[in-house]
Amino acid sequence: MDKNQLQDLKILSAKIRLDVLKMLEKRGYGHLGGSLSIVELMSVLYGKQLRYDAANPKWEDRDMVVLSKGHAGPAWYSALAEQGFFDKEWLYTLNDGGTNLPSHPDRLKTPGVDMTTGSLGQGTSAAAGIATGFRMKGSGQYVYLIVGDGELNEGQCWEAFQYIAHYKLNHCVVIIDENKRQLDGTTKEIMNPFDVAEKMRAFGFHVQKVKGNDEEAIDKAIDCAKEVEDQAVCIVLDSIKGSGVPYFEQLAGNHSVKFNNDEILGANHEAIKALESFIEGGSELCTD
Amino acid sequence: MYRLAEDRNSKGKELRMCVVETIQEMMTYDDKVVALEADLGGASGFTKIQKSNPDRFVQCGIAEANMVGVAAGLSVTGFKPYIHTFGPFATRRVFDQMYLSGAYAHNTINIYGSDPGFTVGANGGTHTTWEDVALMREIPGAVVCDAADAVQMEWILKEFAKSEGIHYVRGNRKAVRNVYAEGSEFTLGKGNILKEGSEVLLIAAGQLVSDALDCAKMLEKENISVEVVDMFTIKPLDEELLLKEAEGKQLVVTFENHSVYGGLGSAAAEVMAEKNVPVPLKRVGVKDCFGQVGTPEFLQKEFGLTAEDLAEEIKKNYKMR
Repeated sequence: MDKNQLQDLKILSAKIRLDVLKMLEKRGYGHLGGSLSIVELMSVLYGKQLRYDAANPKWEDRDMVVLSKGHAGPAWYSALAEQGFFDKEWLYTLNDGGTNLPSHPDRLKTPGVDMTTGSLGQGTSAAAGIATGFRMKGSGQYVYLIVGDGELNEGQCWEAFQYIAHYKLNHCVVIIDENKRQLDGTTKEIMNPFDVAEKMRAFGFHVQKVKGNDEEAIDKAIDCAKEVEDQAVCIVLDSIKGSGVPYFEQLAGNHSVKFNNDEILGANHEAIKALESFIEGGSELCTD
Repeated sequence: MYRLAEDRNSKGKELRMCVVETIQEMMTYDDKVVALEADLGGASGFTKIQKSNPDRFVQCGIAEANMVGVAAGLSVTGFKPYIHTFGPFATRRVFDQMYLSGAYAHNTINIYGSDPGFTVGANGGTHTTWEDVALMREIPGAVVCDAADAVQMEWILKEFAKSEGIHYVRGNRKAVRNVYAEGSEFTLGKGNILKEGSEVLLIAAGQLVSDALDCAKMLEKENISVEVVDMFTIKPLDEELLLKEAEGKQLVVTFENHSVYGGLGSAAAEVMAEKNVPVPLKRVGVKDCFGQVGTPEFLQKEFGLTAEDLAEEIKKNYKMR
């Protein structure tokens, strides 16, 4: 990837992050932490890797995304809006009665969403089925399955993983967002996942682990996954819940955040300002 | 149009073979039909589909929740999945997957839940389902059927392929007595009047339709005139037929290989209560208990689901009136 392409992805990431912050503040609450930890992934998918036609979301040959950690919908909606699947104004209707953007993705409501998710674990099997369908059709399409590390508490994930590995469904790119926190605490405290990458290797996957906020590394890992033959593929994102906004990264209980006090609003406004400035080309963003 | 079988005492082909052959036949003209199993291919005969149509068969292993999700994913890509496992695993065990990945997401999953109720036989209480119909009725938009015989099972499976959504049919794996003549045609959501009668309206579903017909014959000898309806589509229920045929009767009786909570009896009761039908209703089925092991014949007796048990219930309730 050349410098310009990378810069474009970084700008897209900033736009997605900015949209998430603005839409959740407008809503007054929302699943912030797990949305921010997949921003760069969404940027790489929609900015470079995915085949899609925003003007024709049902295009027969499209790749699909299954966001099994459905509560991160705001990050997905932001990416879809930025790429023109629907008007950006929709973002500010999140969770309104009758909205097309419900808290958890709904394939009947949102252009670009091919599978309904939210009951954790279930998207894994659906993605496995989609990949099976692609193989039956011989179409060469890809499905990108995004799973949370807290979500791995659900047994269904492991049923699906053994299926994906058994059938070597390498057109189902399994991406685990290892942000190390879940609703009630850290993943280690709640239900120790031990070494997720090693677990996936033990299940038979080709596994890569990359920094979750590094567009170039994510992109390379996906390119590499596409080269793997005869084996299921998994990318573990070493990510930070609340990623990209130091205040939210540090905030305890950042799974769902209420924008109801001056401290949170102040931090959010500061982050919004920094992102807007970056997008306009006026500054560098502080990452890592 | 349907016609009654000439010899109701003979059995048709095994229902599992009927399912297998029907799916194989559909696969000859519809490349969207896919069969999925959860390591019961030897029990269901689905291994024959694996052999005949390996590119349209998916072995999911002993992981029913994943099988339902995979079926939902296949539906997303335009396929028409037919899944099999034992009734309790096809419904109770995977209810959330069926409800959300299936129904809520508007995906299509066709389900054959085998060996319902007393037909479980030697697999016993852990494999018994008296509640599958109740569960599946709760899923918005789902179609819920109980096949009376092989002829009807074949028709139901082919009908399922014609529409999208969650379609459930329960049925024995083994052969059951014939009710319908070959080539009979039905209508989803429409009950079939199999025998006219003036005093009692007897509504049955599944293989108990044969026992219901036996019972009506027995009661004729005792001068009780029984009309028999095969309500093979439990959802959507044929309310129109129920209301029309209940009119002027002394008693309405439902007869099901299922709990009286949530199944055919409940469905009829709901309609009759809301429409103020002034006819007493007796629900014959299983009441608030678990299954157990034994031969199907033993279990049918044990749970009071024989033609004789039904006749006794009808006489008792008929006289009370």
